[in-house]
Amino acid sequence: MQRIGVFICHCGTNIAATVNVEKVTEALRKEPCVVFADNYQYMCSENGQQLIKNKIKEYNLTGIVVCACSPRMHEGTFRKTAEAAGLNPYMVEIANIREQCSWIHKDIDEATEKAVILGRTAIAKLTLNTPLTAGETGVTKRALVIGGGIAGIQCALDIADAGYEVDIVEKRPTIGGRMSQLDKTFPTLDCSACILTPKMVDCAQSEKIKLFTYSEVEEVKGFVGNFKVKIKKKARYVDETKCTGCGVCMANCPSKKGLNAFNMNLNTRPAIYIPFAQAIPNVAVIDPEQCIKLKTGKCGLCQMKCGVGAIDYTQKDEYVDREYGAIVVATGFKPIDLTNFNEYGYADNKDVITSLELERLMNAAGPTKGVLLRPSDNEHPKVITFIQCVGSRDVSGCGKPYCSKICCMYTAKHAMLIREKYPDTEVHVFYIDVRTPGKNYDEFYRRAVEQYGVDYIKGMVGKVYNENGKLMVQGSNLLDNTQVVIPSDLVVLATAIEPDPSVRDIASKLTISIDTNNFLTEAHAKLKPVECATAGVFLAGVCQGPKDVPETVSQASAAASKVIGLLAKDKLKGNPCVAHSDEMMCTGCSQCARVCPYGAITYEDKTFGRGANATVRRVAVVNPAVCQGCGACTVTCPSGAMDLHGFSSSQILKEIDFICKK
Amino acid sequence: MKICYYPGCTLKNQAKRLDDCARLSAEALGVTMEEIPEWQCCGGVYPMAKDEIATKLSSVRALDYAKHHGGTLLTLCSACHNVIKRVNNDMATEKSIRDKVNNYMRLDERYEGETKVIHYLEMLKDIVGFDNIKKAVKNPVNKKIGAYYGCLLLRPSNVMAFDNPENPTILEDFISAIGGTPVKYPFRNECCGAYVSLTNKSLTEQKSKKILESAAAVGAELVLTACPLCYYNLKKNGGDNVVYFTELLAKALGVTE
Amino acid sequence: MENFDIEYIKEISRTDVRKCMKCGKCSGRCPAFNDMDIKPHQFVTLLGQGKFDVLLKSKAIFSCLSCMACVERCPRGVAPANVIEAVRDTVERMQNGNAIKAEDIPPIVDDLIPQQLLVSAYRKYRK
Repeated sequence: MQRIGVFICHCGTNIAATVNVEKVTEALRKEPCVVFADNYQYMCSENGQQLIKNKIKEYNLTGIVVCACSPRMHEGTFRKTAEAAGLNPYMVEIANIREQCSWIHKDIDEATEKAVILGRTAIAKLTLNTPLTAGETGVTKRALVIGGGIAGIQCALDIADAGYEVDIVEKRPTIGGRMSQLDKTFPTLDCSACILTPKMVDCAQSEKIKLFTYSEVEEVKGFVGNFKVKIKKKARYVDETKCTGCGVCMANCPSKKGLNAFNMNLNTRPAIYIPFAQAIPNVAVIDPEQCIKLKTGKCGLCQMKCGVGAIDYTQKDEYVDREYGAIVVATGFKPIDLTNFNEYGYADNKDVITSLELERLMNAAGPTKGVLLRPSDNEHPKVITFIQCVGSRDVSGCGKPYCSKICCMYTAKHAMLIREKYPDTEVHVFYIDVRTPGKNYDEFYRRAVEQYGVDYIKGMVGKVYNENGKLMVQGSNLLDNTQVVIPSDLVVLATAIEPDPSVRDIASKLTISIDTNNFLTEAHAKLKPVECATAGVFLAGVCQGPKDVPETVSQASAAASKVIGLLAKDKLKGNPCVAHSDEMMCTGCSQCARVCPYGAITYEDKTFGRGANATVRRVAVVNPAVCQGCGACTVTCPSGAMDLHGFSSSQILKEIDFICKK
Repeated sequence: MKICYYPGCTLKNQAKRLDDCARLSAEALGVTMEEIPEWQCCGGVYPMAKDEIATKLSSVRALDYAKHHGGTLLTLCSACHNVIKRVNNDMATEKSIRDKVNNYMRLDERYEGETKVIHYLEMLKDIVGFDNIKKAVKNPVNKKIGAYYGCLLLRPSNVMAFDNPENPTILEDFISAIGGTPVKYPFRNECCGAYVSLTNKSLTEQKSKKILESAAAVGAELVLTACPLCYYNLKKNGGDNVVYFTELLAKALGVTE
Repeated sequence: MENFDIEYIKEISRTDVRKCMKCGKCSGRCPAFNDMDIKPHQFVTLLGQGKFDVLLKSKAIFSCLSCMACVERCPRGVAPANVIEAVRDTVERMQNGNAIKAEDIPPIVDDLIPQQLLVSAYRKYRK
C-alpha cells in the first residue's frame, strides 16, 4: 500500500482565482492511499519545495502528486525535490490544473470539480508507479552545425573556442550564406564582407573546425550525445586538396551562360566557378548541368589549363560517416517567390527587383561593380520607389502571415545609401507601418527621413506598370487621402523571407517539429528559445524565425553555449520511461519496428522451453538508450507485448477509469 | 462530345456574333454546345449581399439542369460566367444561401454546387487542347493581338480559379494557337468602366481609353475580349480594333468569312 | 420590414472589417478612386467605426465598378467592394434610394447598347 502526499499549488491567482484550492485539498485528502494533502501559494518556490521535502519525511511518503502547472514547466523541478528527500524521482505525478483547467475555465465550480478529477486521476496513476532508474550513456565530444551562414559560422567558432571539435555541413560550395550577399549591414553600415570574411577565414583556419561544403546531411541516427550522421559530399569535379583558387579554369571555360546565383541571377558565370572572391574554401566547382565536358564528353579545356591537375571529371558523390554529441540547425532563409504578386510587375519588368537583388547591384563585387545601374539598360535610375511588406503580413494565401522583421531596416538602409551616394536621386518608400524596435534602429530610420530626405509614403501600392519606359507606381497616400502615381526608374520590392526549403528535409531527419510557415519550433518560446523538443538538437538563425544579423549572432552564440554545456558532460542520464517488450507475448510481427521513429527496436531469435520442447521464436528487443518513449510501438503492438515504463497501459487505463468515474 | 451551354441574353441580341462564332468553331473542333432549355437571365452582375437570394435563382436553375445533364455547364459571356460561377460557389460553401435557395426551389434533390462551371476558353484549353486547335487552324491570324481580360473572368480569383489574376496567360496561349502574336500590356486586367457607363460616361471613357492606349503602346493591331459590355465600352471609346475572341477563332478555323 | 442599421450592413457585407490592417492597398489599386468621395479603405474603416450616417451619404457607392481589384489584392482577406455593395443595397432598400428611374433609360440607349449593361445597371442601382 502506497503512502501518497498531494500538494496543490495556487500559482498566485493563476490557479486559485478560478479553482477553489481548499475544496480540492479536502476532496483529494479522501482519495485512497492519500495520507497527506495541503495547498500553498507557490509550490515551485523554495518554501514550497521545502514543504514537500518536509512532508515526504514526516509522513514517510512513497509518492507525491503535485497539482500545478503543465509538467513541461516544473515536472523536472518536483522530481529533483522528491529525489532530494530520498524519494525515487519517478514516484512524482503532476496534475495539470493550470493550462488544462484554471486558464481555460471561467466558472469556479466547474473548474474546481475538474481540478479534483485531474488530481484523483494522477493519484490513481501513481498507485501503479514503480521506482525507475535512468541509464547513462557517454557523449561524443563533437558537434555538427548544419548550415554555414553567419549563424552556423558564429556557432561553430564559439564551440571550437571552448575546445570542442565541430563540423559545418553547407550545401553550397562556400560558407558565408546570405550575409555574404549583403553590401552593408544596419544599423552601423559596416561593409558586410569586411565583418564576415574574417570569421569565414577563422573557420577555415581553426584546427577544431572541419568544413563539409557542397555537402548535405543524408541520414541521422542515434540520440543526444551519440548521433551518427551520414554526410553526402556532392561531386565538385575539382580536387579540393589541389585547387589553389587561381581562377584560370574560370577564365578559359567556354560555357559562360550559367546564372550566377550569388548575384541573384543578375549576371552569368562560367560552368566552372568560385562563387565569389572571398569564398571559403577558395576552390572551384563545376556545375554538371552546364559543363560541356560532363554533358557531351567534349571540351576538357579547364583540365588542360589547370596548373595543378585539380580537375577530375570522374569524381563521384562521396559519403562520410561521422559521430556527434550535439547538432545545431542553422539552415537560413530565402526571399519568397513572387509569382503571386504580379501586381508589382516583377515578372514583366527587369527594373522591378527584390531588395536582395539591390544588395548585389550596390555591391562592389556585384554585376555592376557597385555602381547603381538599372538592369534593363544600365542607366542610373533617377527615381527609385521602394515597396515594403511585399508578401509579408499577408493572410490572403498569396504571401506569409508573419512580419519578416528585417525589411523596414534594410529598406531604410538602402534608401539612405542611395541618397548618400547619388544625392540627385529621388527616393520614395511606400510603407504600412515602420517597425524598428532595436538599439539605435528607430534613430537609423529617422536619419533616412530627416537627414537624407527619403520620402516615406504611408500607403500601399496597388499596381506597377510600364508606360513609355517609366515604371508607374500607383498607390495610396493615406495621410492626404489621395491616389498617387510615381513615375519611377527602378522599383525595389521588400520581399518577405521564408525558411530555406531544405529545412523540411532536415526537420524530418532530426524529428524537429515545424510550424505552418516552415519555421522550426523551439522547445519553449520564452525559456528554451534555442533548444528543440528533440534532445541534443539546437536552433540558430532564421530557420527558427525571422531575425536580423545581430539577433542571429546572439542566438548562434546561445546555441553554442548549450552545445558546450552538453559536450562538457562525460555521461548523460537517459530517460527511464522507455518501451520494453514482453518476450512471452511478442509474436515477432515487426509492426513496432516499422513505426519506431528512432530505430530503437531490433529483433533476435530466442529459445523458449528446454530439451525436446524447445522452440526458437523471433522477438522484439528495445534499445533503451535509443528509445525516446514516444509510445508509438505500444499502441501498434497487436499482441499487447509492448509497454512503456512510467506510462504503462494499465496506468493509462486506470487514469481513464478515474476521469470517467462519477 | 456534348456540353450544356448557357448563352445569356446579350448573346441572343447585341453579341450574337460572339455566340454564332463560338458554336460554329466548337462544332468544327468536335464539341456540340447544347443550349439548355428555358434559361433565364443571370442578372449581369453577381449580387454580393448575403441576403440576396431571389437574384441568384436563375443561375441555380441553370446549374441544377446541368447537374442532371452531364454535370458541366459551359458559359461564354464573361458576365454570365462570373455570376454563375460565384453563385455556384455560394451553393457549395455558404450554408445560409444554400438552405434558403433550396427551401424556395423545392427541387427533387437539393442542389449543393455539384455542377462544374467552365468558360468557353477553359473548354478550348482543357477539353479540346490548344495544340489541337493549332492543328485545325486553316487561316492563321498573323497579327499582333492584345488580349483584354477585364475583371469578370479573373476576379475574385479564389472563386473564379481561372488564371493568375495579375499575370494571366490563357488568352495569350489562345492567340498563339490561332497563329497570332500575343502582345502583353499592363492594363489587360483593368476594368473598362463596366455598368457605370450608363450613369457616369466620363469615368468609363477614362478607363476604356487607358486600356486602349496601353494596348496600342505595345503595338496591338487587334484587342480581344470575351465580354459584350467590355466590347461596347471599348468600341464606344475609340476601340475600332476590338473583336470577340470567337470571331477570330472562327476565322482561323475557316468556319466563317 | 428590415431594421436598417450598421449591424445590418455588417451582416449582409459578408466581410470582417476587423481583419483590416489599414495598409491602403485597396485604395492604391482602385480604378475609380478619383471619382469617389469616400475611398475604398474608408468604407472599411467607417463600417468598423459604426458611422452609419456617413456611409449612407456617400456618392461613391454609385462609382464603384465592382471590379473586385480591391478584394483580389487585399492582403488580409477583407472585401471592400462587398462593404460598398452592402451600403448601396441598404441605401436602395431604404425609401427613395434608387439611383436610376425607368424613364431615365430610353434617352441614353443607343443602337449598340448590350442588354447586359441595362440589366447590370438595373441590378446595381435599383431595388
